[in-house]
Amino acid sequence: MTAPAIVATDISRTYELDGVSVPALRGVSLTIEPTDYVAIVGTSGSGKSTLMHLLGGLDRPSGGTLLIGGRDVAGLGPAEMAKLRNETIGFVFQSFHLLARTTARDNVALPLVYRGVGRRERRARAAEMLERVGLAHRLDHRPNQMSGGEQQRVAIARALVTEPAVLLADEPTGNLDSATGQSVLALLESLNDDGVAVVLVTHDRDVAARARRRIVMKDGAIVPLAGEDA
Amino acid sequence: MRLAEAWRVAIDALRANRLRSVLTMLGVVIGVAAVVALVGIGTGTKGQIEQQVEGLGSNLLLVVPGRLEAGSAPAASTMDLDDVEAVARVVGDRDRVAATIASGETVRAGSRSAFASMQGVLENTPDVFVRKLDRGTYLSRTDVTTGRRVAVLGAGTATTLFGDRDPIGRQITIGGVRFRVIGTFERLGQSLGVDRDSEVHVPVTAAQRLLGTDRIDGLAIRAPDRERIGQLSTAVVKVLTDRHPDTDFSAVTQEQILGVLGDILGVLTGVLAAIAGISLLVGGVGVSNIMLVSVRERTKEIGLRKAVGARPRDIGVQFLLEAVLLTTIGGVLGMALGVTAALLVDRFSPVPAAVTWWSLALAFGVSAVVGIIFGVVPAQRAGRLDPVVALRTE
Ligand SMILES: Nc1ncnc2c1ncn2[C@@H]1O[C@H](COP(=O)(O)OP(=O)(O)O)[C@@H](O)[C@H]1O
Ligand SMILES: [Mg+2]
Repeated sequence: MTAPAIVATDISRTYELDGVSVPALRGVSLTIEPTDYVAIVGTSGSGKSTLMHLLGGLDRPSGGTLLIGGRDVAGLGPAEMAKLRNETIGFVFQSFHLLARTTARDNVALPLVYRGVGRRERRARAAEMLERVGLAHRLDHRPNQMSGGEQQRVAIARALVTEPAVLLADEPTGNLDSATGQSVLALLESLNDDGVAVVLVTHDRDVAARARRRIVMKDGAIVPLAGEDA
Repeated sequence: MRLAEAWRVAIDALRANRLRSVLTMLGVVIGVAAVVALVGIGTGTKGQIEQQVEGLGSNLLLVVPGRLEAGSAPAASTMDLDDVEAVARVVGDRDRVAATIASGETVRAGSRSAFASMQGVLENTPDVFVRKLDRGTYLSRTDVTTGRRVAVLGAGTATTLFGDRDPIGRQITIGGVRFRVIGTFERLGQSLGVDRDSEVHVPVTAAQRLLGTDRIDGLAIRAPDRERIGQLSTAVVKVLTDRHPDTDFSAVTQEQILGVLGDILGVLTGVLAAIAGISLLVGGVGVSNIMLVSVRERTKEIGLRKAVGARPRDIGVQFLLEAVLLTTIGGVLGMALGVTAALLVDRFSPVPAAVTWWSLALAFGVSAVVGIIFGVVPAQRAGRLDPVVALRTE
């Protein structure tokens, strides 16, 4: 097996809110392997999103060391972090975060813009990716012309178009009905089978149970589970 | 590629908020239109006056008593026709030296009357100052030496007194004294608000008798060539000062007059441009405001773009382009409006206006710069947004 995609060692994150320190994450250590499928569960406010933001290089830890794609984020500036995210990470959000006035194809192509890929190739790769998530017939639809499940598939295609090492999905089914949610999760599982590491925040116990690894968070820390390799 | 995307997004954002974009542009449109129109009026006026001064003919040297300085009152003349002879000897050619005594007089023909500038002159005036006759003949040498009461009318005065009738050979009175019209001038138009066609030329001797004086107001010399103007100027002032030790004399060339007028009008144009510039500035502040609103509205979009790999610079450039697009589109519209306004002023008012390429280029450049200056702060704010915070915004 190749080098781990993400290595977090004793990372913490403390928010400063009106002079009050809010410790959202306290000493989390976690390694994401290139073929991992990790489910993160935990109560609301336990620090799941904070952890996802750190793993994805959207934020930097207040303490500990974090290696993304082998690079220590402590030494990186905002522009380098942006490049790192673009090359290594794909994000999927609970509320899709698609650009409203933009077609599915152009939404998916967006990360390639910031990679400097030409328009023709961007459009070709976006179409290919939409086909892979089963939306070949929705290329020129805008978000408001698509169902929630379709929108989330577009978001997943967008996360995949840069061929990232890790796909981070923070409650991707939170805004979907259960049947649609199931199909989105099935898609994520099939992507994982194709070799993309997936880290998933979910409330669904069945989904969590199907994951290769399960991580439970509480009060900003990982709860050690008997009988599981956390 | 990233820049192309930034353009596309900026245009898209402006389209998405059409009304707001148009209203924001309005400030810039008005500012640029004001710059173009007012600078056009300034340069138009300047151009017209320069043309008229140049129309006096080249290599012209004007000699008047007194010091020609800003703020000094014109001195009473002590020159007479003997001085003209003396200057003519210095110049070496009598035909190159013109003399004038001027006075505002009421001119009558039958029941009609007109107020005109009576100019007592020598017969060589049309050659020294380039003036063309419309009808009849000009004053002759004999008219001047004998003080014959004959007159040549400016086009305006001729029309006022005689309408469409031919004035040649008719009688007029100037200050109550009878003169016979022997010629009329071609129409000249206005200069600095002065109607140059309300003139009557009479022999200097006749004018002196009418005014009860033997003085003349000033001299004009057409130098044979440009190189000798300076030398001639010194020699003429010297001979006059020798003859009138108590009086200062000034000799000014056309270039000097043009220079002074140019300075004055340059300042005037500058002031107009500054006033217009202030409205452009106000337009810029409006752009800045709207850009800040735009950044706030699109916080989530900024967060998403950053999450998928946009650097702070990419976001900043996108918003800066949006601001520059706002002001340059406003600038182009303002240029169209300003040019139209200038052309209308030129066509339908006595004020001349000339649109110059440099004022258009300047207005466009300034509007782009305004976009950059007033777009930088919102763009930086957008670029520095924390992606996590931006994505959380709902
Ligand atoms: N930007 C922030 N500023 C201050 N506190 C924050 C911020 N983001 C999250 N928190 C706090 O950190 C804790 C963890 O939040 P989060 O990671 O969103 O939890 P989860 O995703 O598990 O619900 C919560 O107490 C939350 O209020
Ligand atoms: Mg959360």
